[in-house]
Amino acid sequence: MTWLVVAPILFPLLGAILAALLGRRRVLARGVAVAVCIGMTVSAVALLVQVWNHGMVTMAVGNWAAPFGIVLAADHLSAVLTVITGITGLAVAVYAVADIDRLREARGYHALFLVLLAGVNGAFLTGDLFNLYVWFEVMLIASFGMVALGRTRAELDGAMRYLALNIVATLMFLLAIALLFGSTGTLNLAHLHVIVSSGQAEGAVLAAGLLLAVAFGMKAAVFPLFFWLPASYHTPAFAVSAIFAGLLTKVGVYALIRVFTLVFADQDGFVQTLFWPVAAATMVVGVLGAASQTEIRKILSFHIVSQIGYMLVGLALLTPIAVTAAVFYLIHHIVVKANLFLVAGVIHRYCRTNDLALTGGLVRRAPWLAVLFLVPALSLAGIPPLSGFWAKLLIVQASLDAADLAMAAVALVVGLFTIFSMIKIWNEAFWKAPPDGAVAVTPSRRDLRFLCAPVAMLAVLTICVGLGAGPAFDLAQRASAELLDPRSYARAILGDFMVLTSNEPLGAPR
Amino acid sequence: MSTLILRTATRMLTALLLLVSVYLLWRGHNEPGGGFVGGLTAAAAFILVAISDGWQAARRSLGIDARLLALIGLGLAAFAGLVAGLLGLPLLTGLWWKQAGLPLGTPLLFDIGVYLAVMGSVLTVAFAIEREV
Amino acid sequence: MEPYLAVVIGLLVAAAVYLMTDRHMVRMLFGVALLGTAVNLVVFVSGDVLRGLPPLIAVDATTPNGEVANALPQALVLTAIVIGFGLFSFALALVFKTAQRFGTADVDQLGAAEPTADSKFSPVDGSKDGAAERKRAA
Repeated sequence: MTWLVVAPILFPLLGAILAALLGRRRVLARGVAVAVCIGMTVSAVALLVQVWNHGMVTMAVGNWAAPFGIVLAADHLSAVLTVITGITGLAVAVYAVADIDRLREARGYHALFLVLLAGVNGAFLTGDLFNLYVWFEVMLIASFGMVALGRTRAELDGAMRYLALNIVATLMFLLAIALLFGSTGTLNLAHLHVIVSSGQAEGAVLAAGLLLAVAFGMKAAVFPLFFWLPASYHTPAFAVSAIFAGLLTKVGVYALIRVFTLVFADQDGFVQTLFWPVAAATMVVGVLGAASQTEIRKILSFHIVSQIGYMLVGLALLTPIAVTAAVFYLIHHIVVKANLFLVAGVIHRYCRTNDLALTGGLVRRAPWLAVLFLVPALSLAGIPPLSGFWAKLLIVQASLDAADLAMAAVALVVGLFTIFSMIKIWNEAFWKAPPDGAVAVTPSRRDLRFLCAPVAMLAVLTICVGLGAGPAFDLAQRASAELLDPRSYARAILGDFMVLTSNEPLGAPR
Repeated sequence: MSTLILRTATRMLTALLLLVSVYLLWRGHNEPGGGFVGGLTAAAAFILVAISDGWQAARRSLGIDARLLALIGLGLAAFAGLVAGLLGLPLLTGLWWKQAGLPLGTPLLFDIGVYLAVMGSVLTVAFAIEREV
Repeated sequence: MEPYLAVVIGLLVAAAVYLMTDRHMVRMLFGVALLGTAVNLVVFVSGDVLRGLPPLIAVDATTPNGEVANALPQALVLTAIVIGFGLFSFALALVFKTAQRFGTADVDQLGAAEPTADSKFSPVDGSKDGAAERKRAA
């Protein structure tokens, strides 16, 4: 059963080798990508069921016991995120059949895509800080390749902006690892928790914490560090930007949640003080940025930033309900945001542009597309009964429970602005009459089938999470309970070694 | 770049470098060395051929597409990690087979995979740069 | 040994930051590479720097003899160097491609993703001829 925890990593990794071997046989490579995503989703669901029924699943890679070897661990949060990764990956893999052109496929799009998914799942499932760094790099190298695949001017420029800041972020991460290892002598997350919270660490632990906050914050595009995201997410192919928008920043959020609820768990108020202003500012700045944009993908990019702020409320308040809300938001947002970017791609197919000044009349030309846009858009804005409503409701509820009226007010006002942005896209792209000189093309039936099936699938998922919010809420609650009980997490991973470490102080690293 | 001296020396050096690379690969498990440096050394041997006899000659003497070589290496390494699963052990567990008097086993297979992957990918990059410049 | 390394790391970071503020991509990348070297040195120092004491265990022993350096950071540094090398070579290839195609590697002049007033080229949505931008201006 422990192999379930590696399966979501192995499927895409082996699939990537296969896809690269297939090279120019494009149809087969597409088939591999779709098949791998199906296998990944199935194995992730099996993993989630296993975790739900029997608790955490762990595997000591190479049979070297933690904390000496690398350990892979799946709790509820990790497991559910791999499921969502699988589903989003599947949607994008199908969409890519019609969206990714011959040139990009020949340059290895499918292999890169699968490597990216392997990196994302690896980051979700690892229990070791340095291994997390390695998965981040796997993800990063694959995403660099994908963002520059088309070699158009905009793509190359966007890629440079993406690359520069992300390399700096990973260097910060590495620096934090060095400081943490120097002061604790371990890299296992569970072991780090034991040593840091029992005060055995000497040296710059909080400095390392701040560096990690900066590094993951840059990945997650939080307030002062988000500039690279709206500068680069609107340039690559639509399938690429959808998978980026859905998953990459969320890996940053996941890493923030994991590290700051585990390693820096008992630092009296350190986490809350750090993340309260960041969460609020991220929400506000993101949504204001979106309001000033007129290109669909740029609007959506700024909304990623503002939604990341909502997820950080979990860390800003750090109450059980706040963390539940953050987990729920994370699940909801991956699906919805990937879906909106996919819809932007379909709009581009109809109008040859994503500039709102040049689009229009789509509600007549493609009424079903209008419906498919409205579902994720309204969900993002938080209209009941879609998933976004419950996510926002939980955030507001958590703020009110913590008697934090300011945060509740920010969340509500930002929600209002989100509705404004979505209505703007609706009005300009769908409702208004097409402007003079607007291009009107109709994609082929085959393309439409491949483009719209995944959009519809994700839309149905949003509705399902909205209508069946109960089970999703239970899941989020379980994940939150686990996150706020780091000692159990540590015990599950370290086993007998836990007793050893907590009884006697471990010697200094040297 | 190509002189008589370089060309003559290359013939000997290439053989020597390849030999050293295999030696590094072999001793790598317990002593300094391993698949990574081994692969780099092997790649250096072919780049040396390229400098003295031209890129075409280097490609010919490699005899296989460098990209394919890298992928075969990756596949070998992945396979070595998966073997443990058949015995119900965690991923990448080292399994040894010492009957033949030699320390054979999955770690060696993994290292060979790394060797081929590094050699293949370095040569892919080198050949690609040559095409561009 | 550590204090000297600390000074070296400081100098590397200073040079890296100076280079990274440049508008030219190649200089910026060199800055990033220098920063990477500095960080690698920090990882290296975190495991103690002991001269001539490799963490090797003799054939018939189970523990190393006497004081040895911690081997783990060295393995980490090796991994980080390899990854950094990969990223850096990819980034250099990207800059090379950009410069070759568009005749500039200056972020301001390139400016296709986020057009500014002095960009030579500024389509809003990455379309090839900037039709969208001209349309908006008209």
